[in-house]
Amino acid sequence: MHPLLTDDPGKNMLLLGNEAIVRGALEAGLAVAAAYPGTPSSEIGNNLFQLTKEPEAHLYFEFSTNEKVAMEVAAAASAAGLRSLTCMKHVGMNVASDVLITLAYIGTKGGMVIITADDPSMHSSQNEQDNRYYAKLANLPMLEPSGPQEARDMTKAAFELSEELELPVIIRTTTRTSHVRGPVELGPLPARKQVVGNFERAPGRWVPVPGVARVRHKVLLEQMEKAQKKAESSVFNRIGGSGKTGIVASGVASCYVHDTIMELGCENQVSFLRLGFTYPQPRELLSEFLRSVDKILVVEELESFQEDALKALANELKINVPILGKASGHFSRLYEFDPAMVKNAIADILGYKVQRPKTPDLSRLPKLPMRPPSLCPGCPHRETYNAVKKALDLLGYTPKTIYPTDIGCYTLGLLPPIQMADYLICMGSSVGTSAGFSVATDQKIVSFIGDSTFFHSGISSLVNAVHNEHNFCLVVLDNSTTAMTGHQPNPGIKLRPPGYEKPRVPIEDVVRACGVKVVRKVNPYKKKATIEIFKEVLTNDKLSVVIAEAPCILYYRRVGGKK
Amino acid sequence: MAFQRILFTGVGGQGTLLASRLLGEAVMEEGLPVRVSEVHGMAQRGGVVESTVILGGLEGPIISNGEADILVSFEPLETLRALPKCHEDSWIISNIIPIQTLTVRLGQAEYPDPDRWIDFIKQHFKNTVAFDAESLAKEAGITRAVNIVLLGALAGCGTVPASPERLKRAIKKRIKPEFVEANLKAFELGLAQVSR
Ligand SMILES: Cc1ncc(C[n+]2csc(CCOP(=O)(O)OP(=O)(O)O)c2C)c(N)n1
Ligand code: SF4
Repeated sequence: MHPLLTDDPGKNMLLLGNEAIVRGALEAGLAVAAAYPGTPSSEIGNNLFQLTKEPEAHLYFEFSTNEKVAMEVAAAASAAGLRSLTCMKHVGMNVASDVLITLAYIGTKGGMVIITADDPSMHSSQNEQDNRYYAKLANLPMLEPSGPQEARDMTKAAFELSEELELPVIIRTTTRTSHVRGPVELGPLPARKQVVGNFERAPGRWVPVPGVARVRHKVLLEQMEKAQKKAESSVFNRIGGSGKTGIVASGVASCYVHDTIMELGCENQVSFLRLGFTYPQPRELLSEFLRSVDKILVVEELESFQEDALKALANELKINVPILGKASGHFSRLYEFDPAMVKNAIADILGYKVQRPKTPDLSRLPKLPMRPPSLCPGCPHRETYNAVKKALDLLGYTPKTIYPTDIGCYTLGLLPPIQMADYLICMGSSVGTSAGFSVATDQKIVSFIGDSTFFHSGISSLVNAVHNEHNFCLVVLDNSTTAMTGHQPNPGIKLRPPGYEKPRVPIEDVVRACGVKVVRKVNPYKKKATIEIFKEVLTNDKLSVVIAEAPCILYYRRVGGKK
Repeated sequence: MAFQRILFTGVGGQGTLLASRLLGEAVMEEGLPVRVSEVHGMAQRGGVVESTVILGGLEGPIISNGEADILVSFEPLETLRALPKCHEDSWIISNIIPIQTLTVRLGQAEYPDPDRWIDFIKQHFKNTVAFDAESLAKEAGITRAVNIVLLGALAGCGTVPASPERLKRAIKKRIKPEFVEANLKAFELGLAQVSR
């Protein structure tokens, strides 16, 4: 049995934040979930995927082709009255944002929870956008856990809240709340839950033509007023300590504040407002807090989301308290925090001297060789890169070739000795930017995209390339899995996880159906033949797609090489 | 219970996350608060994998420079890299068998001489335990149990609030039955490295 189905209320389990979210959702009676993987959210989808194999989980889960589709699947399930969930990494919200913002208008029926996992410091991402602004942009309630127990508690509460307000509820984690383990006290699993929904037609509700949308926007504002009242009295917003120095913090930053207070023993000097229900802001609670202290330090990673809101509120209420944080230079808008950073800032405003631990002089340490991540030994991507390079060398094109690339393991082709990754924006950008380079230059263009990324956001750009007569060679690196994020299935996979029997959508068929005339398939381990094919298509000045088909070595070993 | 921050470091594939998780589970079974932070994703592709175990009711999952009370390192170069995280009184528990880096193999960088730099560490950190964990793992019959050997050594230092018995129970619970015996032996061999 899957450990997250342990039916032993009161028991403690050492769960990852992401696992605690899944547990909370199971306890809340989750019926339908859909996701596209992305670090640091991936273990949520992976666990849900595992759970679908357990009949007693009574759960539908799918890996959808991208975040927009996943959010639509979950939204419709909710409209049919079922409890639903979708999860994604921060940039996934950009893809799903078109759904998100209008979904806020039409609202939900069964509780619906949207998890966005941000990545301050970009441990495995291309940017460090602060997705709290999505709660504000879409005008939806948001909860932010600071550790695994809260992740479970908040997820469970989010379903209730969503059902009460008929709005999706956003849970925002960061790498350091998604990927932290801690004891989580289990609650009971539901004895029974609704798994078959029933959609009741109500066009005045679910079809946001302008006349309906105007009404629904008003409803949204009203519901968010109710949400604010909930935030005022939420157990996730709490004040501790006493003192004339106020500290407001949320997420993992609130852990560092908690630790500082313990380590400095300054609970009588500071009043600490720990925010967990972070949008809409609890205005009453915040104004009381503003009135109770002489100054406030806001401790939050990335943007000054709460700091700005507090300043606006203080201004509106004419409360004259200094509000310190980013603008005052105590914290940076860049990167994640660490404990010492927060300790120093708090000590500074309290006028304490922090005792730094004594450290030996390490200045004699040599410069240490780096250990950057790299393609695994035997990785098929490396073979494909080498064949393309060889073909371009033989044709004399190498110096004037541009390599637009995409996101996946193959992005590591950026590093020596391969160095064949020149331009990247986001998932799917290899195809659209190749089109741009092909109209803007007379350089040779060879671009790379993975199989999962192709399904995620490569197809419509490929149709565009055919229709607008762009000229480049697109190499689809079909390794039969979504490797980078932990080997999730995608519609094209030939090599299947045990028991995975969904119909296959071969990439070759899709490429041909998009209208591409020059389509070739290669096995990159057959070096000579592969080089010959690349030579042929690169000589030919036409839009071409070469599908390099060979399974990811790691994945191949894991599923036992069964095809 | 005292505040304590423990840093585990190693190279992708060495089982860093398993070691920190086992410690976390053992501490939880002792009824004490614990947080374990893990690195997932990009950094795992052959890169450095770090994890932490945070004790004493602290909640912040990462460790600032100078604040690691114990460093458990599975690879000597990574021990050197993690030294700035430690302070004078830190325990340093380190394997001494190198894993080459790609940059070294390509001749773009030089791997620091392990013997010389282990001496350097011993001079600067009085609580250093450095030994060949790989041979001990082999002796136990399971080469990849370097992580468990080092976990045994950590238990031997007597500074973590989880008894060797609890740790062994965590191993039995978490590791596949057919490998349990060898892993327990690896644990014992590590434990015996630290005589107190
Ligand atoms: C919008 C968005 N969603 C998810 C991700 C996370 N992500 C990075 S690469 C990748 C998929 C990689 O799969 P594939 O294209 O098949 O390449 P592979 O890693 O298998 O080589 C994902 C899901 C992202 N960067 N952006
Ligand atoms: S995980 Fe697979 S695709 Fe990624 S680098 Fe390793 S072998 Fe290549």
